[in-house]
Amino acid sequence: MCPRTLYQKIWDQHVVTDYGNDEALLYVDRHLVQEVSSPQAFATIEKQGRKVRRPEAHVAVADHAVPTKRDGRRFADELAQAQVDRLKQNAKRHDITYLPMEGDRHGIVHVIGPELGFTLPGSVLVCGDSHTSTHGAFGCIAFGIGASECATVFAAQSLRQRRQKTMRVNLEGGLPAGVTVKDVILALIAKIGTGGGVGYAIEYAGSTVRDLSMESRMTLCNMSIEAGSRVGMVAPDEKTIAYLKDRPLAPKAELWDAAVTSWMSLRSDEDAVFDREITFDTSTLEPQVSWGTTPEHTLPVNGVVPDPETLQDDGKREKMRKTLEYMGLTPGTRLSDVAIDTVFIGSCTNGRIEDLRAAAKVLTDRKVSPGIRAIAVPGSASVKAIAEAEGLDRVFLAAGFEWRDAGCSMCVGMNDDRLSKGERSASTSNRNFEGRQGIGGRTHLMSPQMAAAAAIAGHITDVRDYL
Amino acid sequence: MEKLTKLRSVAAPLMEDAIDTDVIFPARFLLLLERDGLGRYAFNERRGGNEPFVLDQPPYDKAQILVTGETFGTGSSREQAVWALADLGIRCVIARSFGEIFHANCFKNGVLPIRLQGEEMARMEKAARAGEEVEVDLPSQTIRVGDTAIAFEIEANRKRALMAGLDEIGAILSDDAEALAAYEERRARETPWLVLAPEQFGQIKSEEDAA
Ligand code: SF4
Repeated sequence: MCPRTLYQKIWDQHVVTDYGNDEALLYVDRHLVQEVSSPQAFATIEKQGRKVRRPEAHVAVADHAVPTKRDGRRFADELAQAQVDRLKQNAKRHDITYLPMEGDRHGIVHVIGPELGFTLPGSVLVCGDSHTSTHGAFGCIAFGIGASECATVFAAQSLRQRRQKTMRVNLEGGLPAGVTVKDVILALIAKIGTGGGVGYAIEYAGSTVRDLSMESRMTLCNMSIEAGSRVGMVAPDEKTIAYLKDRPLAPKAELWDAAVTSWMSLRSDEDAVFDREITFDTSTLEPQVSWGTTPEHTLPVNGVVPDPETLQDDGKREKMRKTLEYMGLTPGTRLSDVAIDTVFIGSCTNGRIEDLRAAAKVLTDRKVSPGIRAIAVPGSASVKAIAEAEGLDRVFLAAGFEWRDAGCSMCVGMNDDRLSKGERSASTSNRNFEGRQGIGGRTHLMSPQMAAAAAIAGHITDVRDYL
Repeated sequence: MEKLTKLRSVAAPLMEDAIDTDVIFPARFLLLLERDGLGRYAFNERRGGNEPFVLDQPPYDKAQILVTGETFGTGSSREQAVWALADLGIRCVIARSFGEIFHANCFKNGVLPIRLQGEEMARMEKAARAGEEVEVDLPSQTIRVGDTAIAFEIEANRKRALMAGLDEIGAILSDDAEALAAYEERRARETPWLVLAPEQFGQIKSEEDAA
């Protein structure tokens, strides 16, 4: 057989019907269901009088709309409450497991999928959410879909898809002190652009990736979508297996052994050819910060706000002017002089235990600068419990952070945690789009330790001065 | 889904790159449970300001075609972005490139996304700005503007679905039913660890019930 990439092997394994021209009906092993993209999908199948084909292949959880200050009462926002209630009812009606907000398994879909062992190597996993690429860290094909496709997965457990081209991104050289995988992915997006990955399934490889923890690999794959790519993946290895062992939904006993044997051989063949291949040296990278309204607007923390007048193209110059106006920034300003109002540590990009540990390390024996609102939001109830067992909550609280319950929180302006007009955040989330964190909000993306350092300084700053 | 074969209309110019789905359909409106009538929330933050928004201005308020820049619809997977555009009457989006999930979502809602580059895109931009009538002919995969005919590409499956207004679920369940059943049987044999048994949820369910 000709040499194949990891993506192609899993794809081939999941073809139900080959339509030719790289189009196929692709089997879907797992579907994570959340409150925002599912109500219309459930309504669609109900209107057509169809049933959920395999209820056990779906797990439902509410994350986007839920408040992260919870007191057991109904939400202040009636619409949000109605959306979460609807998810619960739909799950019940269709016999799908629903993880309640009050339970130990609750959290952001992309955090709890792996925690449950619902996410497995070699599988095809989908969710009505673009950051589904996160799960590719386990060596599966995981991608975001729209609500109509969610309906298709409910009823047919499969999707008509076109095979992606493949791109391998080799990250080599390891990470300098103070630099994280968040800086790697931001720098990569700045380099290849938000359209750089369109049409490709990305496989991350190289020495830097091999040394990354599972949490960091998830951060890396999570932001693949910000480079335009629906799929980001890392071949499974011992770390993958160790992470999944004994997770509640992971296979057990002989089935586990058989699975491990299969997973350990799941990788791109030596001589497999990728449609595109890039190598990125991470050994000299600096901490990164976004300055604009797309993640590719990113620079090293010691950079300055760019000047639109240096651009040749009229359209691009005008767009940059508008961006800087929206962001309230003047060309030539040092990024490390930009004052912030709010710090958000959390999201499916950086709401895992490792992220909280890294931020807490910077915050230990320090205080948040006066007047700054700082919130730490664990990605799941389980992350929260581990953090509290380690005493991290006390570090955050002592520094002046709020310590919240799990949810998407200020990553997306559709729950109680929002920026107001003109407010500026240092945020560990993934999108700095106009209005993403609230109407007129200004977002600077960065790593958890960079956000912690910004909280202390009151402005964007180089975390390496705090280590 | 409404069938799509031929469109004739002015094309609204929205000449900007990287318009993301948060701009097309701001997150806070995602709390709504409906999928109809969402057009009024489309581009909410860009409308009602000093400069009138292009889709509110004649003749573009009647446009069925939108012409825009690179990576249109990048970002979140929210299908509301397409529902809102379709509700405003847009049936075809012509761009240099698209956010992938947005692109896929278009086909599920009778909206035709077309990628054009170079001279052809320049011609479209000019036509849009000038308010020229544009014809999009799906069967022959051609855009006509003035004397110019521009060919565009589309996958066979998607073309068929758009032209027939086909419901994808119905199509899969009728055309691929046997293949699906056979696949599930093979999966249980070859990769049994991927098959979740309802009992596996027992532990989780009881933990959650106790919570
Ligand atoms: S944390 Fe943000 S990016 Fe992740 S699922 Fe929630 S809203 Fe989406």
